[in-house]
Order: sequence, then structure tokens, then C-alpha cells
Amino acid sequence: MSEKLLMKGNEALGEAAVRAGCRLYFAYPITPQSELPEYLSRRMPEVGGVFLQAESEVAAINMVYGASGAGARVMTSSSSPGISLKQEGLSYIAGAELPCVVVNMARGGPGLGSIQPSQSDYLQATKGGGHGDYRLIVLAPASVQEVVDLTILAFDLADKYRNPVMIMGDGLLGQMMEPVTFPDEVKKELPPKPWATTGWTKDRPKNIITSLELQPERLEEHNRHLQAKYAQIVREEIRWDEYLTGDAEVVVVAYGTVARIARSAVDAAREKGIKAGLFRPITLWPYPYDALGRLADAAKNFLTVEMNCGQMVEDVRLAVDGRRPVYFYGRSGGMVPTPEEVLAEIEKLA
Amino acid sequence: MKPVFTRPRSLADVSTHYCPGCTHGIVHRLIAEAIDELDIAERTIGVAPVGCAVLAYNYFNVDFQEAAHGRAPAVATGIKRALPDRVVFTYQGDGDLASIGTAEIVHAANRGEAITVIYVNNAIYGMTGGQMAPTTLAGQKTTTSPFGRDVEVCGYPIRMAELLATLVAPRYIARVAVNSPAHIQQAKRAIKRAFEVQVNDHGFALVEVLSTCPTNWGLPPKKALAWLEENMIPYYPLGEFKVPKEAE
Repeated sequence: MSEKLLMKGNEALGEAAVRAGCRLYFAYPITPQSELPEYLSRRMPEVGGVFLQAESEVAAINMVYGASGAGARVMTSSSSPGISLKQEGLSYIAGAELPCVVVNMARGGPGLGSIQPSQSDYLQATKGGGHGDYRLIVLAPASVQEVVDLTILAFDLADKYRNPVMIMGDGLLGQMMEPVTFPDEVKKELPPKPWATTGWTKDRPKNIITSLELQPERLEEHNRHLQAKYAQIVREEIRWDEYLTGDAEVVVVAYGTVARIARSAVDAAREKGIKAGLFRPITLWPYPYDALGRLADAAKNFLTVEMNCGQMVEDVRLAVDGRRPVYFYGRSGGMVPTPEEVLAEIEKLA
Repeated sequence: MKPVFTRPRSLADVSTHYCPGCTHGIVHRLIAEAIDELDIAERTIGVAPVGCAVLAYNYFNVDFQEAAHGRAPAVATGIKRALPDRVVFTYQGDGDLASIGTAEIVHAANRGEAITVIYVNNAIYGMTGGQMAPTTLAGQKTTTSPFGRDVEVCGYPIRMAELLATLVAPRYIARVAVNSPAHIQQAKRAIKRAFEVQVNDHGFALVEVLSTCPTNWGLPPKKALAWLEENMIPYYPLGEFKVPKEAE
């Protein structure tokens, strides 16, 4: 199927997961991602897959643990409050090195917050969330097409590194409809998983999926192994996009749907003769520190725009490392910045 | 010479970390015997809990996953849904299953997940040092109920087998004890049946096993066995609460 389809982000994500070979999906309803479980409740039976509505987000992430440990490509999804509930499971999954894809169509917080779009889970996704020294690979699509492409990539990265991968969207991306194209080829050959608990026929060592290591020496060794893996991910998997940054004096830094808004503001600034550009991280972890830092050679200043009270701006400051001023503009609580608001901030810095 | 009593093939030939007199070892053996007799070891996957049996994966010759506290039924659900032709069992204590994991066990049972749950109830938190469990008897002293469990403050000990037997989907629910040879024989039959129900009827089965904790009860092993008989069985009656034909 290579024709263009008009789909909601949530539904396109579900279809992309199916085409990536995901055949098990466990989730619990929450706005604004419920179109995803609704879509997969219809779609999974068509492809012989499993859709199961769990009793809670906690149960859903632990079903993911079990299915992933059994060797399956598996996904769960939720929105901010539900993602908080999954943090225990994510820590165990990262510790046990199980591949899986977790979708966060984020909404305003803290607490029950709102059902409107937000980026206020950035720190939770990129700096921890659960307990222990672990990392999620975090992918931030900015269009429905990129939702499809990054979802397929997410399953491949998860398997390659035996690590959970988060798709970080927001309510806007999940709800909006855009034309999308899916890859023709349905992936059927999954990478071998000799570590999976599939039944022990004595042809290999007994497989045990666990995050427990009571001996401190061995747990430290395990942590060193994880850190080496994360270092490899940092070397090989950083992704970002740049728009008119070549001669930019004001570099706007934004990800996801906010990057779309910021791009309109950059265009408007250029029409006014302001040399503005856009730097868009696609991987929020690993973060493109070096690529962003290089722009500090020519840029005068940086403007971080987020749908929160200032979270990614901490990484922008790390990337720029004090060489140029870093400014922040944010809306929160489910408020979405307009291109005019962002343009006004750019004009202040030009 | 013909051996008449040997270690089950599914029971690993290793020393366990369990305290002297603890009955986890008996329950492990009964599970391994059932797996051997049904000849399902090569397609069985176990799920270990958090608690004293957290290292159960070292003691069985089958593939194993170690779950977060209370989440074993959800983990088992994920395994079974991914590999429907495998035999999946959880091994859980009373803190794990009857306290932090109540949502997971109730809903796995209510969905009729085709898994086998071995629920070891010793009326106390063993691994963490003898704190009060939801199953601790009224008046029973623990490190967090030093004056005895006050039911006005903490409620009454929870009877999980009876509670789960009210659900429609489960096929087999029983309570047994491992404090005497006769009870151990009954326990063996119930545990084997709980695996048979999964294999033959593709249904949910749970066996609650009343067990001792000499260390945290502060009793020598023999007296602990008697304490179980005199105090636990009157409150937690033995028997089958749900058998396959009822569910049909």
C-alpha cells in the first residue's frame, strides 16, 4: 500500500506498528491517545495479532515485559498520567534489557492536568522517570508521516539494542490528520532473540529474564554493560533536522509539533529580513548536543520554544555551553504557542 | 538397585537460600514433580515474584522471568498471549499476590488467562523481615503489628481463594497446606490439577498453599507446622472452591 492515506496521528502510529511486525499491544484508555487502542482493537485481529485492554497502565507495561521476554515485538501506549504509572515497569524492562515500544501522546500536567497537548514530560522521558541508571531511546516525530517512519524505526532500534524506545508525541500530533504513506513491505523476519524465554529444550543455557542482581560486584558490572550500550547509542543513533541554520543569527530550538510552529515563525522572520533558523532534535535521547553546539560558532543567540515551563532548554544550555545566550519561550497547561508569539520572541533577539 | 525416590528432573540440583524448616522447598518440589509427570518442562515458562521466592528462577530447570512486585500475573499474561502453546505459571507469596498485586491477580483470573498460579500463603512478609501481611491472622504479632493484628485498624485477613472463586472465568481454585504428609499428598494433587487445567482446558487455575515461616513466626519448624494446623487452617479452610465442571 503506497498510496497516500489521510489518517490521524494515533491511527497512523497503530498501522505503522502493525507493519513493523508488532503483533502484541497492551494498553489502557486515556485521552488523548485512545484512538490508538481503538484502532488496534480492530486491526490486530485482522493480522492474527493480540490486542488486550489491560486493567491498568501498570498491568499493561508488565504484560509488555512478559511478551517482550518471550521474544515478541510488543507495544503499549498512554498519555502523561498513564506514562507515570508505567515508570516502574520501564525501569525493570531497561534493567532486564527487553526491547519494546512505548508511546506517550503527552498532555498537560502536573497531576491529572488537562487533556490538551503538552511537552512537559521531556525530563521524565530523557532523564529517567523510573529508578536506577537507565536510558530510554526517545524519538520525537513532528508530522503524521514522521510518526509512521519513527514508529518503524523504534521497533528496529529496540531490537538492535534490547532497550525500550519511547515515541514522544503530544495530543496535537495524535489527533491531527495528515496524508501518510506506509512502506509496501510488511516486515516478517524478526531478528533472532536467543535470550527469550520460549521453553528450554537444553539446546542453550536456561534463559532467565530478570533485573535482579544481589551481588554488588555483579550489579555494577551489569550497570557498566548498560552504560557501554548507551554510549554506543549516543555514537550511532543521534538524529536531528536543521532548517535555514547555515547563516542563522537566531537559532530556534524546538521539537515535535512545536517545531512545526517554530518553522512558520522562522519563515515569517526571514520575510522580515531576520536571519533565523530552526534546529529540531528528532532523538530527544540521545540528544544532538554536538550538532547544536556547532551552531554557536555563527549564531548570536538561541531561542528554545517548548510546550512546558522550560525542560529541553537545560539540554540546549548544555549544548551551547555558555558560548551564546540561550533564551526560553514556553506555553504550558495545554496551551499551544502560535507562530506570531514565536515570531515576536525572535524579533526581540534579532 | 532401583531408585524409588529421586530429585525431579525439573528441580535444579542446587542448594536454595530458604531458611531451615521453610516449606517453600516442598512447594517447589511438588511443582517440579507435576511438570515432570505432565512432561511439559520444555514448554513451561515460570514467573518469579518479589519476596522470599524472588530467586525461584534458580531452582527450576525451566525458562523463567522475574516480575516486579505483584505483577507476575500481568507478566504471565504477556508471555501466554505471545506464546499460547506454552505452559506458564506464576509463583507468588501473600504480600505479592494478596497485597500489592491484587489488581493483577483479580483481572488475570477474571479474564480467564490460561495460566497456573501457585500462591504461597504464610501469613507474613518473610523476605523483608516479618512484617504484617494482608493474610496475617487477627491478633498475630509481627514486626509491624507488635501488639498483634488489630482488625479494627487493619481489617481482617484476606481469603484470596474464596474471593477469586466468585469470578466466572477461573476453572480451578483450591486451597491446600504442606504441614503434614497427608496434606502434602493433597497439595500435590491440586498443583498437578492446576497445570492440567491449563494444558487441557486452557483455563485459569490457582492453588493457595498454606505454608510456614519458622524464622519470622519465631517458632522451631515442627512447632510452626502445628501452629499452621491450629491457627491457619481454621481461618483458611482447605478444599477445592472451583473445579472445571462448575465453570462449564
